[in-house]
Amino acid sequence: MGLGTYVRNIRETLGTIFEGMAITASHFVRKPFTIQYPDRTEIRVQDSLPFRYRGLLDVDLEICTGCLACERACPIDCIVIDAEKDKQTKEMILKRFDIDLAKCMYCGLCSEPCPTGSIHHTPEFEGADYSLESLVRRYVKAPVVAYKPPKGPENDADVGPILARGLRYLDEFASPGDPKARE
Amino acid sequence: MQQFADYLLDEGLLAGMPKSLGYVLVVAFFAFVLLNFIMLVAGVTSWLERRVWARIQSRIGPNRVGPQGAIQWLADGIKNIMKEDIVPTAADAPLFKLAPYLAMIGFFGAWACVPFGDGLIVADLNVGVLYITAVTGLVVVGILMAGWASNNKWALLGGIRSAAQIVSYEIPAAIAVNTVILLTGTLSMQGIIRAQGWAPWNWFLFDNPFTFVAFFLFFVALLAEGNRTPFDLPEAESELVAGAFTEYSGLRSLLFFLVEWGNLYIVGALCTSLFLGGWQVPAFTDNGFLLGLAQFVVFFAKSYFLVFVAMWIRATLPRVRVDQLMSVCWKYLVPISFVNLLGAMLWVVAFPNGWLPMRLGMFLFGVMTTLYFLMRVAFHLRRARPLMTWNPIA
Repeated sequence: MGLGTYVRNIRETLGTIFEGMAITASHFVRKPFTIQYPDRTEIRVQDSLPFRYRGLLDVDLEICTGCLACERACPIDCIVIDAEKDKQTKEMILKRFDIDLAKCMYCGLCSEPCPTGSIHHTPEFEGADYSLESLVRRYVKAPVVAYKPPKGPENDADVGPILARGLRYLDEFASPGDPKARE
Repeated sequence: MQQFADYLLDEGLLAGMPKSLGYVLVVAFFAFVLLNFIMLVAGVTSWLERRVWARIQSRIGPNRVGPQGAIQWLADGIKNIMKEDIVPTAADAPLFKLAPYLAMIGFFGAWACVPFGDGLIVADLNVGVLYITAVTGLVVVGILMAGWASNNKWALLGGIRSAAQIVSYEIPAAIAVNTVILLTGTLSMQGIIRAQGWAPWNWFLFDNPFTFVAFFLFFVALLAEGNRTPFDLPEAESELVAGAFTEYSGLRSLLFFLVEWGNLYIVGALCTSLFLGGWQVPAFTDNGFLLGLAQFVVFFAKSYFLVFVAMWIRATLPRVRVDQLMSVCWKYLVPISFVNLLGAMLWVVAFPNGWLPMRLGMFLFGVMTTLYFLMRVAFHLRRARPLMTWNPIA
């Protein structure tokens, strides 16, 4: 190896090491990219997800009409509803509303046909548990009367906000970005 | 320390026993204190290395175990101690068990001459530097023994490569030391530090261009001796498991790793004593205790800065192949160090007491280089791209 190559090797080594250490030093003084999930994030991850994120399912039993559209729509049969029409009062009585979250594939086919937006996806995704049985969510504790939507605007102060949220969910879910598309 | 021990024994400590036995006990006590200090430094260095490494790679590193993860090394140490002690059946059991202790003795013996302050040294031998270079040679015996006794072909190869590397890099290291000895005339560590001053232009680093080059030669050679990246092929974690230490588990492997991290500190301490002025501080107070404390702090800060530079280099440079490693040593470092020594000899003949303009000039050169380096760092910071990933929660 000639003298020129020798000197060039030394110069290149020193130059590249110098530049390389400058680059790593510039990284050393920057903020790291790491997100320290789950306890040291700036906001809860669930709060940063979009409104129509398809997380775990939830049922607002106050506005469930007992139409069984979600049970029919589910491709995996993870929703089981027991609903009977009471002979005397002609009202639907909901005796059982079970969703097996272990089977659910979060496709959203059940929330689309719901008339009031009672069954909907939440931004919650941390559902892991130690037992499979705890993943079966039972939403009916005692038999309740199903909801009958009134002809005009809903005036009940308890049910009003829930119905408003449910309808907003349906608007966004069925036609994202265009709230007037669903009529 | 010798005078301190004599002073203690004269004051009547351990009065009931013969003087020599009392002396041995005092020395054993000092050795015990030093060993604790070293293990603490080695452990904290392992945690600090992981944090520094991580920040250079834009991540965080261990920060959960204690405040900022500061007792992570303790958790790792306890975990290692609790592991099963496996001695392979076909391994040479006495040698296998002896090897970590030999490496440990070689490493620990070097600390006897590390000067923490004026008078804060365990033994101020008048051949201090030579003693350190010689005693760290025992580490080579330990590594070779580990490689051979493991009864593992690749461990043996790793041990041989490691031994070849350490032995080859002793030469440029020793020649660089000689370059400094020319200026002091003594091998004693305290003597070398006393020949320097507290101001940067009085350090040997900036004394003349030959010692400047010798500093970098020495630092690189010591990195290679400690099996640190970019020269860590013998124990490359991603390539050879652990080279010579593959078959070691539990406390035995912990000893080898403590030797590696502690060696980093010896690198820093040697470079500071020889080139960066050691513990020299301006005499700002009459209080002896305060002055000693300031000296200790200054020495520790300087050597730890060099430890940080070694960690920084580890995070920056890729590994060199073992033949490239040997070629760097024999084709580049050895000839350059000899030429350097020749130049230093001529300089000492021309200026026996040094030449102040050259010292100031070299110091200015050093400052310019540091400023240029900071300019490059700022350039890279300006060019930093924004986060490419959608990251709403950070």
